Amino acid sequence: MRIGVLTFPGSLDDVDAARAVRLAGGEPVALWHADHDLKDVDAVVLPGGFSYGDYLRAGAIAARAPLMREVVDRAHGGMPVLGICNGFQVLCEAGLLPGALTRNSHLHFRNRDQALRIERADTAWTASYAAGQEIVVPVKNGEGRYVGSPEDLDRLEGEGRVAIRYVGGNPNGSSRDIAGVTSENGRVVGLMPHPEHAVEALTGPSTDGLGFFSSVLQGVLA
Amino acid sequence: MSIDTVEIAAKTPDDEQPWAELGLKPDEYQRIRDILGRRPTTAELAMYSVMWSEHCSYKSSKVHLRRFGDLPPSEALLVGIGENAGVVDVGDGYAVTFKVESHNHPSYVEPYQGAATGVGGIVRDILTMGARPIAVMDSLRFGRADAPDTARVLPGVVAGVGGYGNCLGLPNIGGELLFDDCYAGNPLVNALCVGVMRHEDVRLAKAEGLGNKVILFGARTGGDGIGGVSVLASETFDEHGPAKRPSVQVGDPFTEKLLIEACLEIFAADLVTGIQDLGGAGLSCATSELASAGTGGMHVDLDVVPLRDSTLTPAEILMSESQERMCAIVEPAKVEAFLAVCRKWDVLATVIGEVTDGDRLTVDWHGERIVDVPPRTVAHEGPVYERPMARPRDLDALQADDAANLPRPTTPEELQAHWLAVVASPDGADKTWVTEQYDRYVRGNTVLAQPDDAGVVRIDEDSSRGIALALDGNARFARLDPYAGTQLNLAEAYRNVAVSGATPLAVTNCLNFGSPEEPEVMWQFAEAVRGLADGCRELGLPVTGGNVSLYNQTGDVAINPTPVIGVLGVHEDVRRRIPTGWRAGGETVLLLGETRPEFGGSAWASVVHGHLGGRPPAVDLAAERRLGELLAGLPGLVTSAHDLADGGLAQTLAESALRHGVGARLTLGADPFTTLFSESAARAVVTTTDPAAVRAAAERAGVAVTDLGTTGGDALVVDGVLELGLAELRAAWTATLPALFGTPEATVGAVPPS
Amino acid sequence: MATRSQIWVAGTVDGVSRVVVDVVLKPEISDPQGQAVLGALGRLGHGGISSVRQGKHFVLEVDGTPDEAELKQIAETLLANPVIEDVELHFPTD
Repeated sequence: MRIGVLTFPGSLDDVDAARAVRLAGGEPVALWHADHDLKDVDAVVLPGGFSYGDYLRAGAIAARAPLMREVVDRAHGGMPVLGICNGFQVLCEAGLLPGALTRNSHLHFRNRDQALRIERADTAWTASYAAGQEIVVPVKNGEGRYVGSPEDLDRLEGEGRVAIRYVGGNPNGSSRDIAGVTSENGRVVGLMPHPEHAVEALTGPSTDGLGFFSSVLQGVLA
Repeated sequence: MSIDTVEIAAKTPDDEQPWAELGLKPDEYQRIRDILGRRPTTAELAMYSVMWSEHCSYKSSKVHLRRFGDLPPSEALLVGIGENAGVVDVGDGYAVTFKVESHNHPSYVEPYQGAATGVGGIVRDILTMGARPIAVMDSLRFGRADAPDTARVLPGVVAGVGGYGNCLGLPNIGGELLFDDCYAGNPLVNALCVGVMRHEDVRLAKAEGLGNKVILFGARTGGDGIGGVSVLASETFDEHGPAKRPSVQVGDPFTEKLLIEACLEIFAADLVTGIQDLGGAGLSCATSELASAGTGGMHVDLDVVPLRDSTLTPAEILMSESQERMCAIVEPAKVEAFLAVCRKWDVLATVIGEVTDGDRLTVDWHGERIVDVPPRTVAHEGPVYERPMARPRDLDALQADDAANLPRPTTPEELQAHWLAVVASPDGADKTWVTEQYDRYVRGNTVLAQPDDAGVVRIDEDSSRGIALALDGNARFARLDPYAGTQLNLAEAYRNVAVSGATPLAVTNCLNFGSPEEPEVMWQFAEAVRGLADGCRELGLPVTGGNVSLYNQTGDVAINPTPVIGVLGVHEDVRRRIPTGWRAGGETVLLLGETRPEFGGSAWASVVHGHLGGRPPAVDLAAERRLGELLAGLPGLVTSAHDLADGGLAQTLAESALRHGVGARLTLGADPFTTLFSESAARAVVTTTDPAAVRAAAERAGVAVTDLGTTGGDALVVDGVLELGLAELRAAWTATLPALFGTPEATVGAVPPS
Repeated sequence: MATRSQIWVAGTVDGVSRVVVDVVLKPEISDPQGQAVLGALGRLGHGGISSVRQGKHFVLEVDGTPDEAELKQIAETLLANPVIEDVELHFPTD
């Protein structure tokens, strides 16, 4: 089970995403933004960080990187893609997920251990969880406020495409407490929190994040 | 525009030159003329003036800092003072490099960029040693928390530290935040960075190998901070505020992130023989230091330096402090590979010169020679001053004004009120407002971070080897007695590392003082250095390097002497680290170490009485050592450990209880006031489910043990004396900083629901 | 050479064409940065200002005559995020 982790200039949590894949039992494969080679991976993770320094808009330039063309094509063909934080921003900019991420409403960068609720336990990346399950995972972002027009947000909710929600407080002002959304086919998921930082009791607030990475391995096997 | 060349300078010895405006003294200017045998060119004058400034040459502090070089050699020290940062062996073939540096004056002028570029600079210092930077810490001091200017400076500094460090992907694992009126016109921003490498990866900053190329890589050169180094750091601020705004440096952390990745690939492929980062004094410094430390000669063609601003003169290019630039020495056969790595990471790289034979540093501008100097005289043979020193005239009176005589609480209500006041004071209060703006998780190896006593990072996932770091600088103690105060800071940082279960290994320091032209300040500085050297000798720790920041004052008033000491320790197995904070009820709370009535410079005296006087607590480094060794053997026997420092036991108990919301039932003896507020050194509080074993270990180690009580409940209860509910304590403790600096949500206004 | 103010507006100076692209948040997207500025203005005593919206102003120097279709595409698909931002282009009239 080869899970690609795509590094852009400025990506930071690619190392951590690779570790999480490994701990979940998968084989992390390093992917480089400037290549056109997805190296036969079964799924792709777009990691957190400040790709291109967040210039223009967070994720805007990375979304237009050469390898993203292949990622988008294969995503349309059903390949699972997980976007974490900056990766979520890239997925929205690339049109694979609806909505957009903007500056936190309080204008601070905020790093907090955040309670989340898994709203959809049937996506490629959340199958290891139960619907309604609450987990604790770090959030750390300055541009993590999820926004959209009221009509778009209504449609999103109506279609049940909110995959993860903030509970017990909203760390960045995201509309409707939305922490993560999924594509229509449930194979592409983006979320602002960092599950890869909740995979070892030694270094994280919990090991609740491992489920994201083990989920996709189940799906790939199935 | 005509360029002042060497040829012209030789023929025009009597031309007037602005050496005084550039900060040189008459005798220094004459010495330059004697060295060169002619007047310096404009470019040479710029180089000397910047490199001989206090900040770059350490001319006032050098004679004192030699004490660190006199310390007994340490086996753990792989690279000592003199390089960009010291390097320490931490076992298993790993080497760790760490250093703390100041960026005080720029942070007063432009808080965000001053702090940001401070982080950027120290990270590059670590990178140039050949290490991957793995964490940062910050030690911040501002004027009174409620002063209007603090509201201007603090948020910008915190945002800058976070903005730059987070974007680089470096977890912030701890630091300090303190307030005192003496910093009102002169905040202190000390940034620490730590990096890890294998022993064989250590790089040094020297230019060797005739014909090797000099490559400048990173950002383009602009007008950032021209004159910033020498002018700013040798200048104090007027009472009326930052009217003068010399150009400060502006940072781009994304460029530095690319620089880090490119450098690490370059190191892994063994493509450089020497490397130096461009910090204070920019190219002047990098070229002269590389040449001076190497085999002596270097030639540079300045006109090929990529510029952001085409109007810069050669002298300005040499003095520019544009950020995110490095200088490497590369064998000709490896240049193409070097440039290829830079291209991959989109890092601009230009061959600007080469190593020559002989012992001159020559710089040409469009074929004309504008610099021809012996690099050693620029970089390592700057002026050395033996400034006059005088014990402060007010020190006797200050020391005689014993804090023990201050009115003490007479009722349990007053005792409780004082306890609350100390813990909820700006210095003692919850720092989440600040620390939430820092990423602590990136790289996935952070084991302990704020508010723990030490930052702990895993450096090997297979063996779980790790390092611990603490940064401490009590300035009140140093004001009362710079020698003892500095030793107390060393002791505190040492203790903080030990309390995590690590073995202390090495020391770095950032010495923040007033003007060296004041004999009283110079005396304080000399005493602090003497104290640190003696303390390190007694604890058996090497000083790996550090930083001196002078001229920290507002008008005529110097800051309190603020020697910030950083201690590095090693965890053979980071999984055995001791956490802080009480998690469960029913555990025995034990106080390790002896308490004496010592209130000089204490938080209680400051918060309750606005008082600074008396003598600081007694220093007992042997006791610190015994405590440290005891703690190193305690993982497994204790469930938590927290050191005692500012605010004494009162602060320690409150922090331990509030961490996870577990109170305690306590006995504080016949004199609860002293028990709570004394700041005797060499003490820690532990909790344990096996008190007998801990007592036995303490006895063997020669460390006193006092039974304080049992954890549990939702209050700190002292039977018959007081009951401090955790809810009330938490409310007060968490309210202070947001009340002062804004709850971000409240500042911006509620975002309309959508 | 263009003056400091000419650099920021659409126009042709010394044969160099400048196209301006202004990017603003859509009205239904809340703007906390603008609100922060508004709050600061209020605290500084400027009570007469009732709203502040913050956007971006791009100035593109173009070779030859600007291709309106090409620049419109650049503006609407790269410089702005059409999900949350609107654009306004200004071409040289000279």
